[in-house]
Amino acid sequence: MSAAGASSSVKSRGSAALLLTILVLAVLPYLLSTYYLGLVIEILIFALFAMSLDLLIGYTGMASLGYAAYFGVAAYAVGLLAMKLHWSVWLALPAALIIVGLVATLFGLLALRTRGSYFLMITLALSQVAWGIAFGWRSLTGGDDGLPNIPRPELAADWPLAGDRSFYFFILLLVGVGVLLLAHVVTSPFGFALRGIRESETRMQALGYNVWRYKLAAFIVAAVFAGLAGALYAYYNRFVSPDYLGVFRSAEVLLMVILGGAGTLIGPAIGAAVIVLLENVISAYTERWLIVIGTIYILVALFAPDGIVGFVRDFHARRAKS
Amino acid sequence: MTFWLVQALNGISYGVLLFLLASGLSLIFGVMKILNLTHGSFYLLGGYFGLVVLQETGSFILAVLGASLAIALIGVIIERFFLRRFHLQQLPQVLVTFGFLFIFSDIATVIWGANPQTMPRPELFAGSLQFAGFYYPTYRLFIIGFGLCVATFLWWLQDGTRVGAMLRASVDNEEIARALGINVSLLFTLVFGLGAFLAALGGVMGGPILGVYPGADFEVLLLGFVVVIIGGLGSLKGALVGGLAVGLLDNFGKVFFPELALFTIFAPMALILAIRPAGLFGRE
Repeated sequence: MSAAGASSSVKSRGSAALLLTILVLAVLPYLLSTYYLGLVIEILIFALFAMSLDLLIGYTGMASLGYAAYFGVAAYAVGLLAMKLHWSVWLALPAALIIVGLVATLFGLLALRTRGSYFLMITLALSQVAWGIAFGWRSLTGGDDGLPNIPRPELAADWPLAGDRSFYFFILLLVGVGVLLLAHVVTSPFGFALRGIRESETRMQALGYNVWRYKLAAFIVAAVFAGLAGALYAYYNRFVSPDYLGVFRSAEVLLMVILGGAGTLIGPAIGAAVIVLLENVISAYTERWLIVIGTIYILVALFAPDGIVGFVRDFHARRAKS
Repeated sequence: MTFWLVQALNGISYGVLLFLLASGLSLIFGVMKILNLTHGSFYLLGGYFGLVVLQETGSFILAVLGASLAIALIGVIIERFFLRRFHLQQLPQVLVTFGFLFIFSDIATVIWGANPQTMPRPELFAGSLQFAGFYYPTYRLFIIGFGLCVATFLWWLQDGTRVGAMLRASVDNEEIARALGINVSLLFTLVFGLGAFLAALGGVMGGPILGVYPGADFEVLLLGFVVVIIGGLGSLKGALVGGLAVGLLDNFGKVFFPELALFTIFAPMALILAIRPAGLFGRE
């Protein structure tokens, strides 16, 4: 088979897989119980969250240790707007995304003064500022207790998403739109410029790209998608707490990206599914989830540095050779 | 006046503990370019180990030495078997050190529970000192004196000894240092062990005034980051100045603006970042 033929067959296999995935996701609510449907919703939300972080790690080459900040800020924003101001989802969700964009701009302007390890430390420190506000400003955020009883979104005045099934389709639709937009971003000229920056900042600079501006744009765009995931998670759980912004959540989404395979969009989605499922299975047996996930971090670093996608790719490459 | 002096001394003694922590973080980064997220665990486990040795032997000196050496050994093992292979690979280093941070934090909760533990002060420094009409606990003064001794020792180690010269050589140009016959890989292990030792030292010494409690690992890791962001990664002077600055800011912040406590630390950090991204004494 010629190279062009091989790539087009891969492409058609890709679109077949995509169609099949959509089909499966569309019929799932008619097959699964409420509990399992909830798991699928969690996987969808965290897949979007992890994919958005991959825009930074895999495509631009900037790892963030405080990425949950944007997830959590949007979750608090929709929670507060829905509860204190009684805004509908059509107002609260866009407003939350704008708020996240502004926070990301501020944090990005500070963090992008640096690179490498400084960037890691500063992103973590900034996310802790957001955590500190959520934890300390009790009168607004409820502090440690969080915000309970966030109402489920209403699409219109007399059309609440009361049923599990309609809520599932609401999530599926928004996550789907988010993923399509992200896929569009990474295959656009902007996305290719980010890949160029990942490979060599100096070369991109020499080619006339304003590297700093591209990095800031990537930082903000990624954060807004993380915010979409966070807002949906707040509607799903009907609850927000400082944990949403915590170090643990930032570390967890980082693991999802690397476990699945950074630099591909499908990888982080697989990573998210694996971690969400594993967490649910393991927490049925033990409360020591931190020990388990800590071990997974180390095992991934040692044995699957390119993630599951890299593993499968290597396997195929070896089979093709033999 | 008394109020200011007492609060300033409280801030400085806390700052000295942060210096112990941050000097290790900074040293490890400066020499090996590793951002060690397990550093918070070294501090916390140091405190718990110290508590155990103190309960078993009743000797504070043994507690300090025993716990710090045990943590140094753990550090050496982590470096040799888990970090060595990821030299200059940032993401795997982050994964491994994050992994150990979570594992140690959970193990500590399993063994010592969720309640804060208090550590008694050593008898020699159990009392208070009276001068100029006010009382001040001698243990905090001891911490300040002790920390300054450690700082002087580290300075001498870095600038006045053969090992220090080798260290500086490896920081400046690792390959040339190797070519000159310096055993850089042994040096790395020693540095990681020393960094872990210093963090544990902070944990044990801080036990009698701060207590030992779950979550302290994440808390001091964050403060350690702020210290080195302000002072500059890889700089001993930066760790000392940054440590004292953060200690004072934190203490006065908690006194004057209790609900905004974190801001008194983060606002100066943001300011420094905006003016000098590499910190006060860091190299670009």
